[in-house]
Amino acid sequence: MNTTRGFTGRTRAARPGLPPGQYDAGDDWPVLSAEVTPEVAAADWTFRVGGLVAEPRTWDLAGARTLPASAYTGDIHCVTGWSKFGVRFGGVSLDAFLDAARPLPSATHAVAYSHTGYAANLPLADLTGGRAWIAWDYEGQPLSPEHGGPARLVVPHLYFWKSVKWVAGLELLDHDEPGFWEQNGYHARGNPWEEQRYSGD
Amino acid sequence: MTETATHPTGAFAPPTRFAVPGRIEVDGLVAGTWQTATLAEIRRETPRASTFRLAVPGWAGHVPGQHLMLRLTAPDGYTAQRHYSLASAPDGSGHIELTLDHVRDGEVSGWFHEVARPGDRIEVRGPLSGFFAWPGDRPALLLGAGSGVVPLMSMVRHHRARGLTVPLRMLVSARGPEELIYARELGAETTPVFTRRAPAGTRAGRLGAEHLRPFLADPPAGGWEAYVCGSNSFAEHASRLLVAAGQPVERIRIERFG
Ligand SMILES: Cc1cc2nc3c(=O)[nH]c(=O)nc-3n(C[C@H](O)[C@H](O)[C@H](O)COP(=O)(O)OP(=O)(O)OC[C@H]3O[C@@H](n4cnc5c(N)ncnc54)[C@H](O)[C@@H]3O)c2cc1C
Repeated sequence: MNTTRGFTGRTRAARPGLPPGQYDAGDDWPVLSAEVTPEVAAADWTFRVGGLVAEPRTWDLAGARTLPASAYTGDIHCVTGWSKFGVRFGGVSLDAFLDAARPLPSATHAVAYSHTGYAANLPLADLTGGRAWIAWDYEGQPLSPEHGGPARLVVPHLYFWKSVKWVAGLELLDHDEPGFWEQNGYHARGNPWEEQRYSGD
Repeated sequence: MTETATHPTGAFAPPTRFAVPGRIEVDGLVAGTWQTATLAEIRRETPRASTFRLAVPGWAGHVPGQHLMLRLTAPDGYTAQRHYSLASAPDGSGHIELTLDHVRDGEVSGWFHEVARPGDRIEVRGPLSGFFAWPGDRPALLLGAGSGVVPLMSMVRHHRARGLTVPLRMLVSARGPEELIYARELGAETTPVFTRRAPAGTRAGRLGAEHLRPFLADPPAGGWEAYVCGSNSFAEHASRLLVAAGQPVERIRIERFG
């Protein structure tokens, strides 16, 4: 262990739920995006599920809102080091969209992409089984543009760069295809509990 | 160094007037393993910011604009990790420089400003990210505020060290002249904007459209690649000004320090 002389760190009450190398951001919710925040009007937002599916489908916000409501209440973890506890995102479970489009047996991975062209790759298994949402509310209020409004993907068990803001669609594939940060050296899966920050971790 | 104009996945996205810029190929200069860095020198820049020169014998080199991850370890094994931009130009010297703001009650920046002295050892990992990087191959318009000037200074230093002729201009915002990081080093390429206290004869005020107009009214051949760095509120403000002044969105790269 390479101890740093004179460094004790902040007093820490062991915080269960904090993955290795993360700190509690408290009330802050830092914004991290590499592009100009887009002005996507709610009326212009669409979400498409395509690729290896039986029936490619596209929803607008009104259509998406007719699906059964579902919320995530829990923690989120950003690869830059902060975690945020007990947040609440409201929207629809991604399962509802996938059930309508019916993934083919050959589908193993997905690329989630944004209205800006930003993209992240995910194993399909990380997007099903009640572990991913399309969210348009945050703490009961419409999601702000900086944080991905009108609607974003939320996959809280992975680092948050996977939770594509201004989400435009999901393309199902039979192979993994690196997204924006993954092409820039970030990990293909990004599990915070295994500290999968960069490729090779 | 090349750039993938559209990434393969971009093909799925519907066309909008907003776009994320393509990545910049950094020739495998990313991630890597943790290395020990030895603090060689500390230089004060402003009352709140100092530069820390580190000897990292195995440093692979970097592209101006890239950052690293830094780790401090307590005796009980507790670690604190933060990201810091590289302030120095790539120079093959086995040394790199970081410039840290002293954040009030900051866990990591507090250690650097209150405890650190030459000879101390810390751990670094990098360089990281191939997005906010300037290889020196295209005209660059740099907009920074506070410590957001740090990765931009690496670009300015690189431009000078290599004697590059490609146009490079920097607009840097600080509260007052005494808080302007690297003030002594800034040259004709830089326009400072003072938000609270300006020197006699100039007006204090926020970065505005009038500061950008001279550059965007008459862009160099091929246009500017814009690099914006600072707090999130500065990044939002400056990027909106750029869009309003006609800068293409897919040529605005943003690094937000939080
Ligand atoms: C890509 C990137 C590049 C960066 N480059 C630079 C750079 O070049 N120079 C630079 O100065 N910074 C840079 N930063 C910011 C840097 O990473 C740190 O965020 C900054 O130094 C603050 O870290 P800290 O440990 O000193 O403060 P922290 O301890 O993280 O505290 C930050 C603030 O939050 C409060 N806080 C946080 N956690 C707690 C808690 N548990 N209890 C109470 N209060 C809390 C503190 O009081 C303080 O006000 C960069 C960030 C990124 C993402």
